[in-house]
Amino acid sequence: MKDWKGIVTAVSAVLVSICFLTVNSALAKSKPYKIGAIFDISGPASALGIPEKRTVEMVVEKVNKAGGINGRLLELVFYDTALDVQKTINSVNKLIKKDNVLAIIGPTTSGVSMALIETMQNNEMPNISCAARIDIIDPPKKWVFKTPQTDKQAVEKILTHAKKHGIKKVSLMIAEGGFGAGGLKQLNNLAPKYGIKIVAREKFSEKDPDVSTQLTKIRGTDAQAMVVWDTDKGSAKVARNMRQLGMKMPVYMSHGIANMKFIDQAKEAAEGVIFPAGRLVVWESLPETDPQKKVLAKYAFDFKAKYNTAPNTFGGHAWDAVQLIIRAIEKAGDDIGRIRDEIENIRNFVGIGGVFNYSKRDHNGLGPESLIMVKIVNGKWTCIE
Amino acid sequence: MAKWIVEKGKGLYFLLFCVLMLVLPLILRMSEAGDYYLSLMVFAGINSMVVIGLNLLMGYAGQISLGHAAFFGLGAYSSGIVTTRFGLSPLWGFTLSIILNFLIAYLLAKPILKLKGHYLAMATLGLGMIFFVLFNELPITGASEGISVGKLYIFGYNMNSRYLKDINYYYLTWIFTLLLTYFALNIVNSRVGRALRAIHSKELAAHSIGVDISRFKTKVFILSTIYAGLAGSIFAHYSTFLCPVDFGLNYSIRVVTMGVVGGMSSIWGGLLGASVLSILPQFLDIFAEYDILIYGLVLILSVIFMPEGISQKISLCWEKCQKKWFHEV
Repeated sequence: MKDWKGIVTAVSAVLVSICFLTVNSALAKSKPYKIGAIFDISGPASALGIPEKRTVEMVVEKVNKAGGINGRLLELVFYDTALDVQKTINSVNKLIKKDNVLAIIGPTTSGVSMALIETMQNNEMPNISCAARIDIIDPPKKWVFKTPQTDKQAVEKILTHAKKHGIKKVSLMIAEGGFGAGGLKQLNNLAPKYGIKIVAREKFSEKDPDVSTQLTKIRGTDAQAMVVWDTDKGSAKVARNMRQLGMKMPVYMSHGIANMKFIDQAKEAAEGVIFPAGRLVVWESLPETDPQKKVLAKYAFDFKAKYNTAPNTFGGHAWDAVQLIIRAIEKAGDDIGRIRDEIENIRNFVGIGGVFNYSKRDHNGLGPESLIMVKIVNGKWTCIE
Repeated sequence: MAKWIVEKGKGLYFLLFCVLMLVLPLILRMSEAGDYYLSLMVFAGINSMVVIGLNLLMGYAGQISLGHAAFFGLGAYSSGIVTTRFGLSPLWGFTLSIILNFLIAYLLAKPILKLKGHYLAMATLGLGMIFFVLFNELPITGASEGISVGKLYIFGYNMNSRYLKDINYYYLTWIFTLLLTYFALNIVNSRVGRALRAIHSKELAAHSIGVDISRFKTKVFILSTIYAGLAGSIFAHYSTFLCPVDFGLNYSIRVVTMGVVGGMSSIWGGLLGASVLSILPQFLDIFAEYDILIYGLVLILSVIFMPEGISQKISLCWEKCQKKWFHEV
């Protein structure tokens, strides 16, 4: 009985000292601008969330080294969403009511982002989401913005390419979950407009160890190409299984695989995969005249220098979000209402995802030209436009 | 005095607890971050309802369930579908939630509760999976895309109003939780409660003294699903958007964990376990990336040192204090 009392005392002593440490470090800075960020760094979308978190941390560090904004430091408060809605709603409430942040960046995934809209709107908190789905900002919500290209733009891009190459019939492999559902909806809506018929719709789950069953079904149809809608992990699984089954039809994938992890996981099965992506993945081969090239190069260099890995598109979404907020704070200072207005007023902002032009009706700010078609050749991304 | 307290004991504690919960928001709202604490308490209340129901089933009747997320989800989706797809009043959502849970639990109880031990655990696990797939696939639930939920109006009063949402939901959730707690306390201290405990300790013996086992099992199963369904409906209106991930195996396990930490064979234990485990993760944020490790550590330590749950530990301490008092009196 006596032993465990000792343990409890020791643990509580550690807890108390850690509390003091965090309090002290917070007091050291005099009234910084506080911004909040929420990304998934321990759930299934951590491959997206970790580079997002790193990017935001990097940008905040750089801003502070250069003297902060308007002479005041920038402070980041970060919470993990762990893809858990209950936890995330609590964290956002904490950011708004306890940490008193000026704006919130994130979350990583669409479902969670949708579930946060009312909290953001009710509390009048500017939010720049890093999730893909179009219904986050359509219809427009006063306080919610987003930086990634929408799934609609990505689907349009794929269908345009397919039509140009004479493809009339496609089959779909769609992942379960918010991202897959968004892609499926757009594919269903838009394919007829491009004269393309969907001959098979197969679903698979993140947890399936193997998707050969679904692929065999697709092989039995007269589809000329396949569209796979998932992020890197699931898409790599599909690519590997296709290779094992000896399927040779052209494969389109979503902008969710614009991550080196996809090629690492799929290895040679990644060859020939075509997908729409932001310019970041092929920045080296862009012409000098491209307005984004300078920004992309700088981000790629900085990220590589700090973390010793190449940045990916998702980190780019977070870069755009944090830069937009910094820009707004520069003009509006502490005034949360004006920060929102300033974000909405941003025009011709050259970011990683594209050139942003927000307006009252468009809280995404990107056009279809922000995506380009990329093909994987010899384990490398190659621009095919 | 001490004797009087002990005699009046349970009812008095409950009354005191009610008063405390009703006054708590006034204290919390004094702090600047009051609304944040209130929102934590809302989830504590929602989870409490599920865990109290689960404790009736698991702690008292001894029937394990690893599929309670299904009934929680059924309640949540009832509300979502009724308000969004049909544009009806949210109160119909609550009604549908109760009716659906009643019907489904009634139909499933007979075949499922015939099983025992691990087999029952497997069956309820499967049940959870089946409902998870349904939430994921049926067009009416919005499939994996999710579904938004209409605002909650009670007699024309907008619960999701801009400035008062958290306090509104605090009272709504805790009034429900307190009523359900009171109901559960009465059940366990009645003939039914004794019958359930008899089933728990030895089914055969219970049967031989005339306890209608299958009827009691069915009833308590239905009751616990209705608890979960009501909690689900409130959750739906509070979070305003539902996607299937919230109603998977993860949640089923989490509520069982809450029950175990708080104390399975006690209603107060359910309340305590749910509240502690709903609130604790938010205070572990100070450990940044290590919060999950610490959380795991807390769970392990609590099970090692308090295998019967927090509530058991507290009541043991309480008894000790009482003995001391009596000595002095």
